[in-house]
Amino acid sequence: MEKQLKILKYSDLSKLIEKFRSQGYPVLAPVRKGKVVEIEQVQSLDEIALDVLLSTQSAKKAAFPKVEKVLEYTLEKSGTKQFPVDPADYKETILFGVRPCDASGFKSLDAIFGEEPKDQFYLEKKGKSTIISFSCPVADEYCFCTSVGGGPGNTAGSDLQFTGISKEEILVEILTEKGEKLAATFADLLTDAGKDIDKSKFLADVKVVFDVDGVVEKTTASFNNTALWLEQSLRCIGCGACAFVCPTCACFDFQDEQNTKKGVRLRLWDSCGFSLFTLHTSGHNPREVQSQRWRQRIMHKFAYMPEQLHVVGCEGCGRCSRACPVDMNIKEHLTAIGEKVIV
Amino acid sequence: MSDLIKKVTALLNDKTINAFIGYEKGSANRIRAIFVRTEDQVQKLILNASCTQNLTGYLMKHEVKKLGKLGILANVAALRSIMQLASEFQIKDGEVYVLFANADGSLTEFTDFKSIETFLQTTDTGIKSEEQEMIAKLEAMTVNERWLFWNKEFEKCIKCYACRAACPMCYCHRCTTDVNQPQWIPVASHELGNLDYHLMRAMHLAGRCVNCGECATACPMDIPLNLLTYQLISPIKATFDATAGMKADAMYALSTYKPDDKENFII
Repeated sequence: MEKQLKILKYSDLSKLIEKFRSQGYPVLAPVRKGKVVEIEQVQSLDEIALDVLLSTQSAKKAAFPKVEKVLEYTLEKSGTKQFPVDPADYKETILFGVRPCDASGFKSLDAIFGEEPKDQFYLEKKGKSTIISFSCPVADEYCFCTSVGGGPGNTAGSDLQFTGISKEEILVEILTEKGEKLAATFADLLTDAGKDIDKSKFLADVKVVFDVDGVVEKTTASFNNTALWLEQSLRCIGCGACAFVCPTCACFDFQDEQNTKKGVRLRLWDSCGFSLFTLHTSGHNPREVQSQRWRQRIMHKFAYMPEQLHVVGCEGCGRCSRACPVDMNIKEHLTAIGEKVIV
Repeated sequence: MSDLIKKVTALLNDKTINAFIGYEKGSANRIRAIFVRTEDQVQKLILNASCTQNLTGYLMKHEVKKLGKLGILANVAALRSIMQLASEFQIKDGEVYVLFANADGSLTEFTDFKSIETFLQTTDTGIKSEEQEMIAKLEAMTVNERWLFWNKEFEKCIKCYACRAACPMCYCHRCTTDVNQPQWIPVASHELGNLDYHLMRAMHLAGRCVNCGECATACPMDIPLNLLTYQLISPIKATFDATAGMKADAMYALSTYKPDDKENFII
């Protein structure tokens, strides 16, 4: 559909959240919790931290939570009875105040979970989420969205995007039919915007630091360059902080929790940084050491996903670098790979 | 050229060590570990008040060990980690070359465990005053208040295991958390799974924690995990007269039986 431009007053934001709440929509938004910022369900505008650069974790948990029940079962003499969780029970939800890199991160997740067999747990939740992103007026040295095809005003993945254009006014871009449907519920708060608003004036300046096609090409060709992966990952301590804050990391594990009478099957986040990640029952691990796990992390995002799903598995949000306890900076490592001469 | 750069250059040149674990400038205002083997790398070494990370966890890392004989830049917590690792038979005397950074920026070299022990006897190894205040607050709480405090903190946990990965004492190749035959700890990062994991980890560090604080520094969700293990330091001291990381041949309090051990915990 053709993009529509509207104006919303900052002073009406609080009414907007009230409207969403009164229509029964759960609203998920960034909330400050000490030094971290979580994406959580909110009741009113004053709970929402709209001035933060980025939430600590990405918004992916709205459709792909860290723990998710997929099945309940009972163990009876007559056999096992299964009670599957019906994904259709999920509620229509609004994701409010997330950043463009969060919204576009769902594009990668859509590609991963949309492959056959389709993942109904993710797709139902994602399908029932309406995403209102806020473009970025500021960025920091960890941001590199513009190097991976995104940007501080990137609208990919968003249903609506809000951009502050003055102290009083927000430019509202209505981008999808889902966004249009939601916007219709607060049409009384919107006025028409002139066609000549230059949104880019209100966005952060995020410099392009590498050529993504070059990085993809060189990553793909570097599988056997053990020295490269070892040098980059010597200080990596093998935790899962990077994967768990990432908007596109989608690896998961299943665990059953049961007693003698009943049990639940849970889907949990997993990380390729863990030594247990690909450990076989035999005791063999194809990724025995951390450098091989680091290689997997980079190759998955910059070789396998471009090849198989035609998307780069990175939004350049820099969350992994900010969260890393030992300063593994992905922007720096990708730049180094891009500058590498392949012989 | 700084004393540190001169010293490490000499150590590498005369083959005393093959690699030196020190600090370099990281991204933004951060400092990070560097594994120095070449002349280019040696020039990146820095030493200032921000160089606080306890680097000894790297001594246990497979790919770092493979670099050859290691030298390390140590602070007080790192010296204590080395003592504790030695007492747990993870490092042999003379295996690691240790350079200690004094407060005035001068360097002291330690080539054996005895000299580290002697040095630690006259060094302040205590918990920082702001951390002591937080522990006092926790201890002043009722059991119920403390329970609620920790449950609220653990709600934030995403089970990325950064605390475990950053801890110099969490060197087990197969952590209890990762054992699934039987499953001791629920894998899920839900209420019970988070609680079980953190309590299990705290218990495994009782009498072993050297109060470096790496667990809390590493946590991306800002959970003050150091307080959990710090709170176990004084009961261990009071009950067994044992302090972790002070001697290379210390017996571990919780796995050592002595006929005169107090039995006042038996109801």
